[in-house]
Amino acid sequence: MTGMINRFAKRLAAGLAALCAAAVPALPAGGQPLKVGFVYVTPVGDAGWTYQHDLGRRAVEQAFGRKVETTAVESVAEGADAARVIRELAASGNRIIFTTSFGYMNPTIAVARNFPAVAFEHASGYKRSKNVSTYLGRFYEGRYLTGLVAGKMSKSGIVGYVAAFPIPEVVRGINAFTLGLRAVNPKAQVRVIWTSSWYDPGKEREAAEALIAQGADILTQHTDSTAVVQAAEDRGVYAIGYHSDMSKYGPRAQLTASTHNWANYYIKRVRQVIDKTWRSTDTWGGIGEGMVALAPFGDAVPETVRRLVREKTAAIAEGRLHPFTGPVRDNNAVVRIAAGETLSDAQLLKIDWLVQGVTGTLPR
Amino acid sequence: MRLKLEPRPVASKWMGYASPLIAAGLTVIAAFILFGALGKNPLLALYTFAIQPLTSLYGLAELAIKATPLVLCALGLSVGFRGNVWNIGAEGQLTVGAICGGGVALWAFGNEGWWLLPAMIVAGALGGMAYGAIPAVLKNRFNANEILTSLMLTYVSIQFLGYLVTGPWRDPEGFNFPQTRLFDTEYGSLPILLEGTRLHAGVFLAVAAVIVIWVLMSRTFTGFQIEVGGQAPHAAAYAGYSQKRVVLLSFLIGGGLAGLAGLSEVAGSIGQLQPVISPGYGFAAIIVAFLGRLHPLGVLFASLLMSLMYIGGESLQMNLNLPLAVTGVFQGLLLFFVLGSDVLIRYRITLGSGRREAQV
Repeated sequence: MTGMINRFAKRLAAGLAALCAAAVPALPAGGQPLKVGFVYVTPVGDAGWTYQHDLGRRAVEQAFGRKVETTAVESVAEGADAARVIRELAASGNRIIFTTSFGYMNPTIAVARNFPAVAFEHASGYKRSKNVSTYLGRFYEGRYLTGLVAGKMSKSGIVGYVAAFPIPEVVRGINAFTLGLRAVNPKAQVRVIWTSSWYDPGKEREAAEALIAQGADILTQHTDSTAVVQAAEDRGVYAIGYHSDMSKYGPRAQLTASTHNWANYYIKRVRQVIDKTWRSTDTWGGIGEGMVALAPFGDAVPETVRRLVREKTAAIAEGRLHPFTGPVRDNNAVVRIAAGETLSDAQLLKIDWLVQGVTGTLPR
Repeated sequence: MRLKLEPRPVASKWMGYASPLIAAGLTVIAAFILFGALGKNPLLALYTFAIQPLTSLYGLAELAIKATPLVLCALGLSVGFRGNVWNIGAEGQLTVGAICGGGVALWAFGNEGWWLLPAMIVAGALGGMAYGAIPAVLKNRFNANEILTSLMLTYVSIQFLGYLVTGPWRDPEGFNFPQTRLFDTEYGSLPILLEGTRLHAGVFLAVAAVIVIWVLMSRTFTGFQIEVGGQAPHAAAYAGYSQKRVVLLSFLIGGGLAGLAGLSEVAGSIGQLQPVISPGYGFAAIIVAFLGRLHPLGVLFASLLMSLMYIGGESLQMNLNLPLAVTGVFQGLLLFFVLGSDVLIRYRITLGSGRREAQV
C-alpha cells in the first residue's frame, strides 16, 4: 500500500516538475516528425476491430521511430461528431489520417475536400477522391479457412454465429465461413443470431448461450467483444475468434481465429507520404498480401486438419482457390453462382443473400 | 463530532452563485492530481480541455452544434421534471423525430422544393410528440410507470431505425450498407450559417425553444399548473388542476423538442439516416436538465458546458495523447463536482454530535 502511495507521489512530483519545465515540445533532430492520425469507433480495449487498427498504429511507430508522431482518438460516434474529429486532426498538422469505420465515409470525403494536401485513408467504404483512399481486407478468405476447421471439428454439425448487423461485410463472412464448413461437412448448418450492436458483451453472451442450447458445438462471432469466446470456454464448446487472436480468453476453446493485420499497409502508406509518392487508391488485400491471417491453432486441432488448412491457405494466397466459386445456392435453394464461375469483387461488395446452410433471413 | 448534511430552511441564494465556483476550484485541484500523476502538465491539460476548443470560430461553431440537440432535449425534459413527470425516453423521441423528418426528405426524392425543409421540421416535431404521447397515454389510462415505458420505447425506436436503414429505406446505390440516400443539399438540409464552419440553422430552433419554454414556465397559467403539480400534487388536485393533462402536456413538449433535436441532427450535420444518429443526447439531456437546475437559461448554459466537456475530451486525446478512459474520468469528476456542489444550496454541512443524532 505504501509502495503504491510512494509510486503515486513520485509520479505526481514528476508531473509537477513537468509543469515547471517550459512547455516547449522537444523536437527530434532532422526536422518535424510526420504526424499520423487515427480515428477509432470504439475504445481500443484488448481485442477486436479497433484493437487491430491500434496494433497497426503501434507498428507504424515502431517502424519509423521518432520520424513519426501518431495520434488516436477513440470512441468517435459515426454521426455528427466524426467530421469534427477528422477536421481537427487535419487542421492540427496530421499529414495522413486513417478513419477506421464505415460510418466515417461521408465525413471523410467532406473534410478531405478542404484539406487537399492531407492524405486520407478510409477503411471499408466505397467513396474515393483525389486525396481519399479506401482500404479493406478480404476477410472472407480467413472466414473460409476457419469454416474448414469448424467443419472438421464439429460433432453436432451445428455451428453458432453471433453477428452484429447484416451489412455486406458481415454477410460475406457468414457465407464464406459456411462455404468452408460445408466443403468438408456438407450437412453442417450455421445458425445466426443478430445482436444489432458491434459491442455488447452481455447480449453477445446471451446469444452464445442460446446457440449452445440449440446444439451448436462451435461458436464464432462478428462482433467486437470476446464474450462469445469466453462463453465457449466456460461451457466447454469450441470457438473460432475473429478480428484478434482471442486464445487468451479461450485457451482451450479457441481452435483458431481469423485476424486482421493492418501493419504492413499502414507502414507502406505512411512511407509513401514521407517519400511524397502517396496516391489515392483502392486496396482490398487478402491472405496473399498478409492483411488477413489465421491465429495459431489450438491444441485440440489435429495435424490432418492443420495440414488441410495450410494447403488451402497457400491455394488462396496464390489465387488458385476462390471461396465464392460455383455452384453455390442461396438458402432458398436458388443457384446464385453457376458452376465454375466466381463472384466478382463488385458482387462481393454488395452481397445481400445467404448461402445454403445458413438458417435465417436478412431484412429487406 | 462528525460531519452532517442538514437541510437548510430556505435554499441559500449565496450558495447558488458560489457552488459553480467551488466546483471549478475542485476541478482544478482534481486536474492537478490526475494529470500530474500521468506526468502531463496540468495547466496545459486544463487549457487543452476547457479553453483551446473555444479559441477559433470553427471551435465555437462546433460547441453550438453539439449543444443544440442537448438544449432541445433537456428543455423538454425539464418541463416534465418540474411537473413530476419522468420522461426518460428523449433518446427514442429524438430517433423517431429523425425518422419522420428524414422520411419526408426521402419521400420527396426527385420532387424537392422550398417546402421540403419546413415539412421536415414539422414532421420531426410531430413524430417526436406522437412517440412521446405513448407513455403519457399508458400512464393516464393504465397508470403504467412512465420511466419504464419511455425508456423501453427508446430501444424499440432504435431497432425500428435499424430496420428501415437496412431494409426498405436503404440507399439503392449504397452497396447494401445500412444507410439511406443523402438528403437534397439545397432543399432538404438546414442551411449553413457561417462559411467555413458546420454551424447550421438548427441552433435557431434551440434558441427559439429556450425563449418559448421560458415564457411557458414563468409567464403562463399552464406553466404554473405544471409547477404546482410537481411541487404539491395534493394542492394541485385540490385546486382542480388535472395531473393527467400535465402528464400529456409534458410528454408532448418533451417529445416534440426531442423530435426537433433528431431532425436537426439528420438535416443539419449528418445529411442522411443511418443506424446511429445520436451518441446518447437523449440520456445526457437528463443530466443537463438537472445541471441547469430545470431552468431554461440554466439548461442553455449546462448544454454548453456538457458540449465543451465532449469536445474538450477529444481535444485532450488529440493534443496530449491521453487515452479515452482518462478523459472520461476527468469528465466524470467535473460532473460530480458540479452536481455535488449544488447540494450545498439546499443543505449545509454542520458538525453534529453523535448524541444528538441518537436522540433523533
